[in-house]
Amino acid sequence: MSTKASGFQLIPDTTDKISLVLQGDWTQDQQSPDFSGLHSALQSNASLRHLLVTGSDLDEWDSTLMAFLLQCHNYCQANNIDFKTQNLPDGAEKLLEVATAVAPHQRPEDAKKSWLVSVSPANIIKYFTSSLAFIGEVAIALAKLVAGKSNTRMVDFKTFCYEAGPSAFAIISLVSVLVGMILAYLGAVQLAQFGAEVYVADLVVVGILREMGVLMTAIVIAGRTGAAYAAQLGTMQTNDEIDAIITMGISPIEFLVIPRILALVLVMPLLTIYANLLGIIGGGIVAGSMDISPLQYIHQAGGALSWTHISVGLIKSIVFALLIAVAGCRAGINSGRSSAAVGQAATQAVVTSIVYLIIADAAINIISQQIGV
Amino acid sequence: MTNNTAAHIEIRNLTMAYGSFVIQRDLNFDINRGDIFVIMGGSGCGKSTLLKHMLGLITPKKGDILYNGDSFVNASSEQQDAVRQHWGITYQSGGLFSAMTLAENINLPLQLYTNYSKSEIADIIAYKLALVGLAGYQDYYPSEISGGMRKRAALARAIALDPEILFFDEPSAGLDPISSRLLDELIVQMKESLGATVVMVTHELPSIFDIATNSIYLDANTRTMIGYGDPQYLRDHSDQVVVKQFLARGIEPKKTTGEY
Repeated sequence: MSTKASGFQLIPDTTDKISLVLQGDWTQDQQSPDFSGLHSALQSNASLRHLLVTGSDLDEWDSTLMAFLLQCHNYCQANNIDFKTQNLPDGAEKLLEVATAVAPHQRPEDAKKSWLVSVSPANIIKYFTSSLAFIGEVAIALAKLVAGKSNTRMVDFKTFCYEAGPSAFAIISLVSVLVGMILAYLGAVQLAQFGAEVYVADLVVVGILREMGVLMTAIVIAGRTGAAYAAQLGTMQTNDEIDAIITMGISPIEFLVIPRILALVLVMPLLTIYANLLGIIGGGIVAGSMDISPLQYIHQAGGALSWTHISVGLIKSIVFALLIAVAGCRAGINSGRSSAAVGQAATQAVVTSIVYLIIADAAINIISQQIGV
Repeated sequence: MTNNTAAHIEIRNLTMAYGSFVIQRDLNFDINRGDIFVIMGGSGCGKSTLLKHMLGLITPKKGDILYNGDSFVNASSEQQDAVRQHWGITYQSGGLFSAMTLAENINLPLQLYTNYSKSEIADIIAYKLALVGLAGYQDYYPSEISGGMRKRAALARAIALDPEILFFDEPSAGLDPISSRLLDELIVQMKESLGATVVMVTHELPSIFDIATNSIYLDANTRTMIGYGDPQYLRDHSDQVVVKQFLARGIEPKKTTGEY
């Protein structure tokens, strides 16, 4: 099958009438003429009122031709030119008819958003008010739970406890042992300059209990559980599950958010205790390799241990758990209904919870400094 | 069915199973070029599973599927991809990529498999969307348009490469009668102008009688096909009560006096 070059000819019939004669093969593999060529030719003829497209010289054709014809048609329509066709192949005629049956849709202007709008002060205020509204709803749902009038299911609570807690042991163990070791190394090098290596134990214990144990656990949980919450709720949004819950007369906050928050608030302090223990052991491993006997380390560490340090860590863990769960659930509940939106929700959950964590951590440290604990 | 043109798609002794659970066995039928072929059957009989076998998403337990006389089941994955280039598929829930606009959805196959330039692709996209009545919706995301529009947008993506075979999984499910009728008309027009073969899974009786030229009926109890032919013929002349009942919307068939 030989292919013939495709092209068109404009033959003026009368002053206001032009015949557009299509020639050759109009297929994908062929260098077909662009509409812009015809466009300028038509535009130069201001008196044009009738365009007659003739297809008798056409050979092979596919969507290339159809796209061209559609543009001709739309141009003529926009410029009040009468568009007629003759001798087009049957299929082409029919397809053109189908394609031009519905007038092109004009997208309303306000639907287009620029990125500038999304960071405007109004939007930031909106974000904060909606955050406050969400926290308010959670508080109301919690009050209802206390009053025993809530639709929160215990089964969900247990599942989430398991998912957030025991399933996270492996990663928490690894992270906290390593953090303990890092702290010990860091301290040992500095303290050795003063011949005070034995105080490595104090450094590790205080550092882990007050700060690193709980913070590292929170960061792991934010990435693990917070993101999972956002993705779960976002997918439920996509599947209309949240709509189903609302129309059953159940508050999605009570049904979906409260069990997740409660599970995390219960599990985080336990995970923190576990992480603290492993962190101190990790520090001990390093201390052992630095000529501090295990007994010396245990004795020194025992001296540094105090209820104040432990409880500062535990209070932080509860605050962090609340922040992670709220950030995750909020991102999920407010997620859009597409796969990309669910991804954004998960990202947003992790990013906001880490920002919240750092700010809250700093705030708690300043407060405990002020009240002297 | 007497049709002299060579079969476009042939199903030979196909047995479909999930593990040891057989869904349908010994399916044998031909789909001719230019047919609108309907796969029907009650819920859970394996209609969609059959379609997935034909698309190569599931490997059959036994038997073969031939396209243009060549085995598809035994082909390498490169060969399968080459065959698939000539297909247009719309899935039950559309299968549009929700993270892409309609234009980007249609752009993907065009960019992968044609040598059109960017501006040509944009023209083709405008044309394909116009064909399904969605002219001007290029920059919309699937989530921003209605269910019926999504089905049509999926069709626009399916016909992006002027396919030889169009597969539809329940094209008009969830559409109102008018939209569903329009979609049927669109399918027929596409088929005629592209010269394509259409394979669809559906149990919308109006569609079946309006547009189908050939069909099979899969039975969930005997787990095989118990009807094969033009649906109107099957409704009036099938020797299977179930098939007649299905095609008559469950109304007990009247005793026909004519010959079977």
